[in-house]
Amino acid sequence: MIALLIRDLRLAVRAGGGFGLGLAFFLIVTTLVPFGVGPEGGTLARIAPGILWVGALLACLLSLDRIFALDFEDGSLDLLATAPIPLEGVVTIKALAHWITTGLPLVLAAPVFGVLLHLPAAGYVWLVVSLALGTPALSVLGTFGAALTVGLKRGGLLLSLLVLPLYVPTLIFGAELVRRGASGMQTDTALLMLAGITAAAVALVPFASAAAIRVNLR
Amino acid sequence: MSIWEYANPKKFMQTSSWALPWVTGLAVVALFGGLIWGFFFTPDDYKQGSTVKIIYIHVPSAMMAINIWVMMLVTSLIWLVRRHHVSALAAKAAAPVGMVMTLIALFTGAIWGQPMWGTWWEWDPRLTSFLILFLFYLGYMALWEAIDNPDTAADLTGVLCLVGSVFALLSRYAVNFWNQGLHQGASLSLDEKENVADVFWYPLLLCIAGFILLFVTLVLIRTRTEIRARRLAALESRERMA
Amino acid sequence: MNVLSVLDLAVSRGGQPVLEGVNFTLQSGRALVLRGPNGIGKTTLLRTLAGLQPALQGSISAPPDSMAYAAHADGLKATLTVTENLRFWASIYGTGDVIPVLRAMNLDALAGRAAMSLSAGQKRRLGLARLLVTGRPFWVLDEPTVSLDAASVALFAAAVRKHLAAGGAALMATHIDLGIDEAEILDLGPFKARTPEAGGIVGGFDEAFT
Repeated sequence: MIALLIRDLRLAVRAGGGFGLGLAFFLIVTTLVPFGVGPEGGTLARIAPGILWVGALLACLLSLDRIFALDFEDGSLDLLATAPIPLEGVVTIKALAHWITTGLPLVLAAPVFGVLLHLPAAGYVWLVVSLALGTPALSVLGTFGAALTVGLKRGGLLLSLLVLPLYVPTLIFGAELVRRGASGMQTDTALLMLAGITAAAVALVPFASAAAIRVNLR
Repeated sequence: MSIWEYANPKKFMQTSSWALPWVTGLAVVALFGGLIWGFFFTPDDYKQGSTVKIIYIHVPSAMMAINIWVMMLVTSLIWLVRRHHVSALAAKAAAPVGMVMTLIALFTGAIWGQPMWGTWWEWDPRLTSFLILFLFYLGYMALWEAIDNPDTAADLTGVLCLVGSVFALLSRYAVNFWNQGLHQGASLSLDEKENVADVFWYPLLLCIAGFILLFVTLVLIRTRTEIRARRLAALESRERMA
Repeated sequence: MNVLSVLDLAVSRGGQPVLEGVNFTLQSGRALVLRGPNGIGKTTLLRTLAGLQPALQGSISAPPDSMAYAAHADGLKATLTVTENLRFWASIYGTGDVIPVLRAMNLDALAGRAAMSLSAGQKRRLGLARLLVTGRPFWVLDEPTVSLDAASVALFAAAVRKHLAAGGAALMATHIDLGIDEAEILDLGPFKARTPEAGGIVGGFDEAFT
């Protein structure tokens, strides 16, 4: 299992920009938004939680179709499916590798992007907390979408259509947590719901992903 | 004699060809009866005028939009557990109908909302969750279309329907939470409907029955078409084998 | 000792039956070569035996955790080195050192090279080296000799014979003669699935459609 994680991370590094690409995309989104809505600080501060969360979500989406596609093409997915490790474990590790290469850098870099968007000072802690709690769910659900579309020639667009509606609850609670935290409101409900969704998704969705992979391989 | 006998395609074709004219006839009678009754023989609302009459399309289509997804969930589960092809094909057949129902509910809602709230669209929890439901229908149908092998498609869409149902439900609650306190509760609650006077209520019931029958008619026709398409594919593959 | 016994097996590809009534057993120390024209279902049969797809009918019995499967594609990662590729599979299968395997497949000179810089034949050798590191007694090989030159085929045949001599077994689909004396040949032609009209089995695809 750990060998698989190390291999995936190593592949991400060797492929070039494995870690940086999602971050660069995130940066571009946060740069473009002020061009679209105007440079006025008050407006930006108000929409910052939403923009940062939508940006994180899109950055996460970018690399989803590569989670299984490469392994499927070169045959390693067949070999992993016949290997003595459960497929549920394989998809969980794949999701973890995706999170480490995409979600984790976003969590760490998010405060910098918060500065760009005039996020109120009280919001920074909640921004990091919400992304740290929410992005694992994004990776796990994205892995599910990737598992559904693994055999398809042009799965990329379909993948977004399948995965984005699944992201709605995480997005709502994540952005709401930052918004409420930034404006000094109570954060308990959003925090607990966000953590609950992530915990449930991490625990249950890999079974669905593994089932989808099995169907796609036969 | 068990209910699963009807899951045999041959039996299903027989039964449905017998039932289809009756269901179609009943659907036409109930739908036209309900709509004509509702549109022309009920008084205008004292506050909303005649705009209230859109209720006879809006409420039944909204109900169907949700119920069709539930029906797809049940048929997908039956396919995943018992491997009855008819069940998977019925789920496939129901999806476009459900999507159109969702669209009708959204559009009639917008038309009703304009004079009522002075806006075509409001990010009200109920409206928003219908928009999300519409996206789920789109994804489900797109996945069916994208996969060539019908059994693989049935399996994967079944799993998607399962996971999607959970997240659609979650979205419903998330959306409620999200828009708490921003909107003045002008939503179209079903509970309020129970208070409407009998004079509006009975034609509404007839319209709901009409929409259900219409859905059954459409699903039967579409499932029969799907079964025929599968037969055709099976015959062609046999020809290749021989 | 039987490493595999197949009883009245029927397999399908894309929902359509391709082979039916397949019966054979394989003993340790022996190899079985599947023969038959393209499209007969060799790959489908091997994938079914490897557990990647369900059988339409019949039974497959093999001791648990005895099988190592190798497909057309080698499952190599282009950006990893030869050693890294092998080490990964060795740790997945929980086996030890990869150095002797590199030597056995004549790859030790290439150990530090990235897999993408290997020739097709060298990649194939690496793919076969992967089988050795699994430590599994029963190999299921799909076209193992594609793009190998004569010397590499001989190397591969030697590896298989050594494996058989050590009590292993191999089931492979290949067109060329490997010169392995222990190998029996199974022609899949007679097992081609018939149409249901001719008494063949009805596939999942057209279950009860008539």
